[in-house]
Amino acid sequence: MIRAIRILAANPLSLVGVILVALVVFAAIFAPWIAPFPTHNGAVVDFAFANKPPSARNWMGTDLVGRDLFSRILYAYQISLVLGVVVLAIAAPVGTIFGLLAGYLGGWAEAILMRIVDVFLSIPPLVLAIAMMGVLEPTLTNAMLAVTVMWWPWYARLVYAIARSEREEGYVLAAEVIGAGTAHIAFREILPNCLPAIITKMTLDMGFVIIIASSLSFLGLGVQPPTPDLGSMVAEGARYLPDSWWLTVFPGLAILIAVFGFNLMGDGLREVLGVDE
Amino acid sequence: MSLLSLENLIKTFDSPAGKIHAVRDVSLEVTQGECLAIVGESGSGKTTLANMILGILAQTSGNVLFNDTVLSPKRTPDQRRHIQLVQQNPLSSLNPKRSVGASVRLGLDTYGIGARADRWQIVEQALEAVGLPANMRKRAPAALSGGQRQRVGIARALACEPELLVLDEPTSALDVLVQARVLRLLNELRASRGLTYVFITHDLAVVRNIADRVAVFQSGRLVESGTTEQIFTQPQAEYTRKLIGAVPVVDPDEMALRDKLAESS
Repeated sequence: MIRAIRILAANPLSLVGVILVALVVFAAIFAPWIAPFPTHNGAVVDFAFANKPPSARNWMGTDLVGRDLFSRILYAYQISLVLGVVVLAIAAPVGTIFGLLAGYLGGWAEAILMRIVDVFLSIPPLVLAIAMMGVLEPTLTNAMLAVTVMWWPWYARLVYAIARSEREEGYVLAAEVIGAGTAHIAFREILPNCLPAIITKMTLDMGFVIIIASSLSFLGLGVQPPTPDLGSMVAEGARYLPDSWWLTVFPGLAILIAVFGFNLMGDGLREVLGVDE
Repeated sequence: MSLLSLENLIKTFDSPAGKIHAVRDVSLEVTQGECLAIVGESGSGKTTLANMILGILAQTSGNVLFNDTVLSPKRTPDQRRHIQLVQQNPLSSLNPKRSVGASVRLGLDTYGIGARADRWQIVEQALEAVGLPANMRKRAPAALSGGQRQRVGIARALACEPELLVLDEPTSALDVLVQARVLRLLNELRASRGLTYVFITHDLAVVRNIADRVAVFQSGRLVESGTTEQIFTQPQAEYTRKLIGAVPVVDPDEMALRDKLAESS
């Protein structure tokens, strides 16, 4: 722990990452209390203040129907974070189980499991998600499902590569000589040695999942209005550039801050956990 | 009485370049309580042979008998328990993410040795038996020296209460002083516990220190076997003579000095 703090302190960029992530998480959790207009989360119309530039009343201006952009961005962070956490909480374990078993068992198990992974990896990720969303109804749950389906194979790949090299280690041989079962060797012996890399990747991926989810809603395939979503806010505002610049710039900045924060923090974690790639 | 016998063991691997004959028709007897050294260059099939004895590699043909029972490669836990391994590289043989104690305890949990509540105590006794403090069980392997890790490896094998230990170059990754101490420990343990050793090595100086009998391997074949005395004084096979001739001369005075240093440090 002390070592971790020292490494982070010596690496100011990752400290910036930690601070940005902390800000985003804080904003998402306390959105109902921080937001100057908490009701603007939903279908509120206030034409008197429609499409106004930033002012003392609305720090980031208002959208086309007069809702406070700052309030909506805070709520959009909630959606983005929940989406990221749910996607990774499913994708990482599923991919890890595939990768561990394929990497440790080798032979037929490896051939079958990794070919399944290859099928998913052979489709460009965003295309897969867009295709799925084209068939499914555009809801938050389905957006999470689509992103998860394109995401888990990358964890399978990562863990597979580590497990393959770990299985040559003496401690695996020792467990095999003793006769410990496959489950013990894969999950109790090899998995702990994969965890630093998995945790680092999850942190980095939080940012990327937020981008992909925003891309989906930018295309109108993700979360639907009036629920605030960073991607659809950018899409909506893009038509009014450059005159109503605040409609796109602030949601865009919000995406940037979150993605940047998670990436910097992930890089720092990589060093703290001693992951080499 | 022979504890372990190998009958016409053959192991062939398929490779793109054709068949590789790793072990060719090897028959051997290991008597209860003795230390048999298996010597040969790298690639002579020593480790393949060890893996077949340990039951982690299936032989192409032939039999492994332990206490006059044929062991199939699919062994029961009880059959596994009696034959344990000490590995060459103490850096990789312990899982860096598990405590020393957890590594030693694995055999106890797998074979159901001792009551669940007593197992940490058995682990501590095993550590003490190899000259390590009991409180070391909570440490991570990274905090230990090479010699200490090798002792943990020995403790892990001993905790299973085996009859036969396969030692695969257990001292070759250690520096000379530590090597001498580990060899002394192995000699003491064999005497006090009535263990039988199959000691794989390419270091003939080590062989002289520990082995009762020697089996010489060359490209998968058993070239010659005999008592340590016979092999060193009257080697029969041409290959054995070459092997012994290749050893740097060991000065008895220097050996005595080494031992003294090892004791005082």
